[in-house]
Formats: sequence, structure tokens, C-alpha cells
Amino acid sequence: MYRREFLKLSALMGSAGLLPGLLGGCSAPPLPGSGEVATRRTVCNICFWQCAATLYTENGKPWKVVGNPKDPHCNGRLCTRGTGGIASYSDPDRLRQPVIRVSRNGKQTFQPVTWEEAFDTIAGKMRAIAREHGRDRIALFSHGDGGKHFQRLLQAYGSHAYAHPSFAQCRGPRETAFGLTFGEGVGSPDRTDMANSRCIVLIGSHIGENLHNSQVQTLMQALDQGATLITVDPRFSVPASKSRHWLPIKPGTDTALLLAWMNVLINEQLYDRTYVEQHCSGFDELARHVQPYNPEWAYLETGLEPALIRETARAMAQAAPATLIHPGRHVTWYGDDTQRCRAIAILNALLGSWGRPGGFYQQEKVDLPPYPAPEPPGPERDWKAIVQGDYPLVSTGISNVLIDHSVGPGAFFKGWFIYATNLITTIPGIRSQLKQAAESLDLIVVVDTMPAEITGYADVVLPECTYLERYDDLRNKAERTPTLALRSPGFSPRFESKPAWWIAKTLAGHLDLEEYFPWQDYREVLDWQLRQVGSSLAEMEHVGVKAFPRKTPVYFEPGKTVRFNTPSGRIELYSQHLAGTGHDPLPKYTPPERPPDGFFHLNYGRAAAHTFGRTINNPLLFELMPENTVWVHPSAAAILRVGNGEYVRLKNPEGTHSNRIRVRITQRIRPDSVFLVHGFGHTDPRQRLAYGAGADDAGLMHNIKIDPVMGGTGMRASFVTLVREDA
Amino acid sequence: MINYAMVIDTTACIGCGDCVVACKNENQVPAGLNRDWVVEETRGEYPHLHTEFRSERCNHCGHATCVTNCPTGASHYWKDTNIVLVAAEKCTGCKACIAACPYDARLIMHPQGYIDKCTFCHHRVDQGMDPACVSACPTGCMYFGILNDPDSQVSRLLRTRRHKTLLPETGNIPNVYYLV
Repeated sequence: MYRREFLKLSALMGSAGLLPGLLGGCSAPPLPGSGEVATRRTVCNICFWQCAATLYTENGKPWKVVGNPKDPHCNGRLCTRGTGGIASYSDPDRLRQPVIRVSRNGKQTFQPVTWEEAFDTIAGKMRAIAREHGRDRIALFSHGDGGKHFQRLLQAYGSHAYAHPSFAQCRGPRETAFGLTFGEGVGSPDRTDMANSRCIVLIGSHIGENLHNSQVQTLMQALDQGATLITVDPRFSVPASKSRHWLPIKPGTDTALLLAWMNVLINEQLYDRTYVEQHCSGFDELARHVQPYNPEWAYLETGLEPALIRETARAMAQAAPATLIHPGRHVTWYGDDTQRCRAIAILNALLGSWGRPGGFYQQEKVDLPPYPAPEPPGPERDWKAIVQGDYPLVSTGISNVLIDHSVGPGAFFKGWFIYATNLITTIPGIRSQLKQAAESLDLIVVVDTMPAEITGYADVVLPECTYLERYDDLRNKAERTPTLALRSPGFSPRFESKPAWWIAKTLAGHLDLEEYFPWQDYREVLDWQLRQVGSSLAEMEHVGVKAFPRKTPVYFEPGKTVRFNTPSGRIELYSQHLAGTGHDPLPKYTPPERPPDGFFHLNYGRAAAHTFGRTINNPLLFELMPENTVWVHPSAAAILRVGNGEYVRLKNPEGTHSNRIRVRITQRIRPDSVFLVHGFGHTDPRQRLAYGAGADDAGLMHNIKIDPVMGGTGMRASFVTLVREDA
Repeated sequence: MINYAMVIDTTACIGCGDCVVACKNENQVPAGLNRDWVVEETRGEYPHLHTEFRSERCNHCGHATCVTNCPTGASHYWKDTNIVLVAAEKCTGCKACIAACPYDARLIMHPQGYIDKCTFCHHRVDQGMDPACVSACPTGCMYFGILNDPDSQVSRLLRTRRHKTLLPETGNIPNVYYLV
């Protein structure tokens, strides 16, 4: 937020507005809310925490959106982005009508068309792909609530392949690692019981800048109750500033620290012996494995004092089992991420925190039956075996692998549906590959609310209306209290935009697949589902959120045997699945590459004001944070001869340059690293505010480390330097 | 007389700016202008650092120099409270209040031609609600209440927690307190 600039702007506006003031005063503005106020229940869609909220309009115009006090995701308080979400409705740069790619005089251009024409184009190309290659050659990339309508449509058509970038570019390593260890993943909302934690350890996770609402709230609740916070981060992040111990670790050496902590817990007999004996397998192998990794060894890797490593390990043990080694969310860093996340899972097991108060609770969702409709036929071929057979432990699509299998004439995939994900900035270093894929694919359909860069590759772009203008599926997450929440529209869709359910259903009609969407309006589906659990659409439109009683215990019951969904039926400190697939069954530390001379580790993260690149153009949030800055330590800035606030470009060792970006000289970063907030540096001028504002980190990533266990893209092994504008 | 005060716990503030956006929505503050803002202050040298985040706004001073310096009476106390408001119909835009405010808390000019500022959301306070920023804050680090009621939460917090105000030496008697 640059308040000084706002003032400059307001001085200009002020001189224009001065006249009426001098000519006899202006009338007093009406008090907020003194007009005709109406409310609607919604679920925020600005990030994927999905807080239930109430939309207020005054005299039919958008006023504000406020958290629903009954919702455990937000407890009546939306975050910065959620509060700003209301401006997504009025954003003047929204996609307005369907367009298709046409060639005119040898030049390609987008031509506005009717929905019917757009659907005819898509259906025609899908049929051609089916005739030539088969019905299973279309892949879906999706990040958002409406994606499942397209998943159903494509499955009905015969294409079952899909990928959420939230797996291979984000949470995949932790879900895989926790699955291998405990037999189930962490899920979202994360099953972290922070409100009851007495010690919380964050490994590179910057909760607070990463504003997943109830996570932030429960972290603050724990701190208020005197919990010990330990933050491991090369940067003095917001949670680092709230921590009892900040461990400014050398980038990429987290696994060395985790192994040293295990070494201390085991050798000092600080682990939860009863829990380990009752629930775990492979302890002896683990104890032998960690012997070489004492704090003195870890010091050489991490730069952290052995005494500090021991002190923090003891603090964790003292608070156990109410100690949470937080699994993080975006964890695709160095390519050995599943191994690092396994180390985190194992540490939690040694402390006995899985299934215990203050550690991890057990999730439950509402038993909500699906609307009665025919099941799409099963796939003709096993697409996972064909395209991602190298990753047998992964049960979902790996977005970057699906893209690999879309390049060239012999590629498996011939068409893409992309729902609400800007693959260009989501997947690191993907630009040239996307260009090649776009050459060989016969169909690319993009459904979005905003003209994200990826729409530039599309054959057909379909404008979805915003979350404030549509019904979506009921929110039904596995969490502490089973809860349903309703998103209902406060406005009718602007321009020609339409909700995802309508788009998928109407396209199904053009493909003779109506039977899979046997309803006219999505309200029928919602009402039917709600009636099966003793509610109704009318009730939900009134209350917005409804909690249901739990049927299963929140924590393990003391003394009771627990059956884990692993090969041994126990918590696997030593993973049989990993051993069986040729991977290290116990976490192994891989030292990171160090930057070449004159270069810095490229670190990136989130800011409270934005959700990746999705909100940069939101007028309210843009005003709060109009560009990102590159954080540089004063000693590095002195060597580079760059000044605070000066514009520079970032350059990676391959010579790729970023957009220009301002320098922020700060003590809050290690001298060997730079940091910038992800999501900036938009290159599509149709997003008029976001265009050219700040720099994009993903485009600078040159050293992508693929995780051999789950196929994800490690994004923290890249290096950059700063180039002055006058150089 | 009712003395309203805001208490902000800097140890829980994460500098997220939700207070800023919530205020803009609630009060329909024009683009480019803000009635509140967030300050980040970092002290020390790597790795021995301390960072404080602080949401700032009009201090609704007990001795408000903006009120005493306003030539038209546009700047005034609301009812029998310390909430300082600007009556748009009396404001000539002369900016004397801006010069008199030690906190730089006034918007230079609303596009409609008057000086604008934080009102402590008196329209909400009138209905027994907290200001919009306080209600929205995701960490719950902001509190609002009556300072001359010894049983109010703000009074209790100030009795039990270390705190400060900004520029107390001006003698303006600011009513936004920061727990440190």
C-alpha cells in the first residue's frame, strides 16, 4: 500500500472537486446503509478456503460482503481478499461474451459469437477428435468449484483425464507423504488442530501472509493462549515476527533440520514411546537411519546452531502431543518434497500428535447424496497407466505430466478444457511447452471470469459469471464440524456471462449427453440434495450455513486400536509403498544447489491482499497492493548498487528477464536470497490494472525439480540476479 | 460524555489490510482514498529483528486540534462523545484541519469537495455495533469500546497490557491505543 501515492492522486481529484465546496458547501452524504439494504447468502470464491458470507446490496448496488458468524471457516470475519471480493463483480475488464479464434487475412483473431455458435464449434471439434483419435483424448485442467461440471461432462463423453494444479504445483507432496505415512492426507481445510496446540512449528509456511482464514484465526488463538511458535524460514516472515524461535535456515536444507530433530527426539528419549509402540511400524529402522544426522551435522547444512536445534526439539517434546509440525500447503519446492513432507509426517508421529488434541483432528463431512443421474460410463482405457505410469503412487492427475503428453503429433491428448486456472503462471517455466502444445492440440477451451493469459491460446473462450452471480455446489468439506454452506447469487450475471453448471449442461445438449444433466436449473439439484439431509434450499437461502452433528470421534479414543490405511495397517515410519516402488523408504536429505556467483535463491510466497494472479486486477485489492517488490538484504543491495524503491529487472542464469519490479531493501531477508510475492507481472493488456504491474516469478524458474514420487514441479531451485534499468 | 477508544493488539496484527478494505466498502470511500492504513515498522539487524504491524486512522482525540482549528465549525464532536466528524455541508475545503492534525489522518479531499476522514463508523456505533474495521479483522486484534466504563473490554485490556499511543506529546489525547 503506497499511501503517499494515494495522496498525490487525491490531490489531483481534490482540485477538480474544490469548486462545489467553495460555491456554498455540498450536501451531507447519506450514512452508509440508510438506503434500501438487501442481503444474500454466499460462499466466497476468492480463494479455496470457501468462507460462508453475506452479500449486502444497497439500493440494488453492491455494498459489502461480510463473513457469516456461524461458519467455522471464517467465524464471521472474511480475510482481506474475501472482503475485497465484492469488486470482482464490478471489474470492468471481465470477460463479456463467448469468443472463438478465427483466421482473417492470415491473421488470427478472436471473434465474439453467441453461446450457440461457441457450443457448435466446441462440439464439432470434440467429435472430430473422437473420430480420429478416440473419445478419451480430452484433458481437463481445473481449479475451482465449477470444474466438476466439466469433469462430469467430459467423463460422460469418454474423457476421464483431469488435473488440479493444486496437486502437482502445490499440496501434492504433503498429501502423498501423509498418505504413505498415516494412510490419509491432510485435506483442505487442513486438519490442523491449532486452536489447541501448545507448540506450533512452521516449515517455510507463512500463515498470515497466506491468509487461509480459520488457520490464521486458530494460529492467533494458540499464540494468545501462550503456545510456542517456531518458524523455519529464510525470510523474517509475518509468523516469524510472532515466533518464540525464528530459524533463518539456509534455503533448501529443511530436511536436514527435520532429520536432526528426529535424532534429538530419539536419542534423548523425548518421543512418545507409548504412541509409537501402539500405532507405528518401522521405528527401529528409523532410529538407525537418523543416527548420523545429529545437530552438529545439521549445522553445516542449515547454518542453524546445534544448541538451537536441540532447544527447539525439546520445546516440541515438552508440549507433545499438543505439538503441531505444520504440514504447510504449497510444498513443491526442491523435487525431494515428498521425502521432506514424509519427514514432517514422521516427526508428528514421533510426537504422537496425529489424531490427538493440538495436533491433527479427524475429519468428517456431511453424508450428502448426489442428485440421481446416470453414472458416466467408465473409461475405455486406463489413462493414468498410459500417461503417468511412472508415478504409480499418485491417484490424481499430474498437470505438468498431462501437458507433457499434449505436445507433438503423436501425443495422447488432443484437446483441453481449462477451468479457472491460468496455467502459464501456475506451472513454472511452462511457456514454451504451452506454445508447442497449443500447436499440436486440436481444441483448447478456456472457461474463466477474467482474461487470464491462458485465454490467449484458446480456440474458444467462455465467460463464466462471478461467484456473486451464481449457484454452485453446496460446500461440503471434510472438517471438524460437518457443515453445509450455500452460494446463492446476489446479482444476475453481467454481460453474456453464465454459471458453469449452465455452460456444462448446455454443451452436453450439443453432444447428445443431456441425460447426464437431468435437471433444468441447478436449484433443483441443491434443493433435492438438501431435502435428503433434512434441510431445503429455502432454509439455506435463509441461514447460509448449517452444521450437522458428528458421527465419528474428533480424536483417537485413548487405548483404542486404530486401523490405518497403509500396507501394515499402522503408521508407517518406514514406508513399504516407497520401498516397493524403488524409492527411499525413510526420508533422505538431498543438499540443494547453491546459486552461481552474483545470483540469489529465488524465493516467492503469498501476500494477504491477493490470491495468486487471480485478484491482481480486482480494483479494491489492486489499490491495496498494486505491484510486488523484490526483497533484497542491504548488503546485497550495496553490492548490486540498487536503491530502495528503484525499478530493476530480475534475470535468471539462462538470460530470461522479468518485467520491471521495485526493490525493497529490508533486513527481513537472508543476504543469499531474494523474495517476491507470486502472481504479478501479467502480460495480457486486457487486464488493464494488472498488466505490466510487478514481476512474475514463475517465468524466471529455470531449474524445475521433478519429484520422483509424485511428479510435482519443485519451484525453489532457481536463481536470479537484479539488473538495473540503466545497466 | 462518552469516551470511545480503539485498542489494537500489535502482537496479533499481521498487517493484512483487511481493515482498509472493510472500511472502503462500508463507507464507500472513493477509489484512491483511504480512511485507514497499515504501517509496518522493522527494527534491528538480520537475524535479530522485531517487526510491528499497526493499523492507523484518526485518533478521535480528546483535545482535537482539527476541531479547534476549523474556521467554519465543520469539524465537530459527534453528540456528547469524542468521535470527530466533518459536516460536509459546512466544509469549505480550506485544509486548516489537515495542517492541524498531527496524525495526517485526513483525506485531502473527497471528490465531492469536502475533507473526509474516519468516523469510527458512528453510524454503526449508534446501532451498538463495532466499526467495520474491527468487525472484519481476521485475527480479532482490534477492539472498540467505551474508555470511561471501567468494565469495558478496552478498559480491561489497557489495565492489564503494556500499551502506547502515537505522538502523545502533542497533547491531543489520542484514543487509538496499541498493545505492544
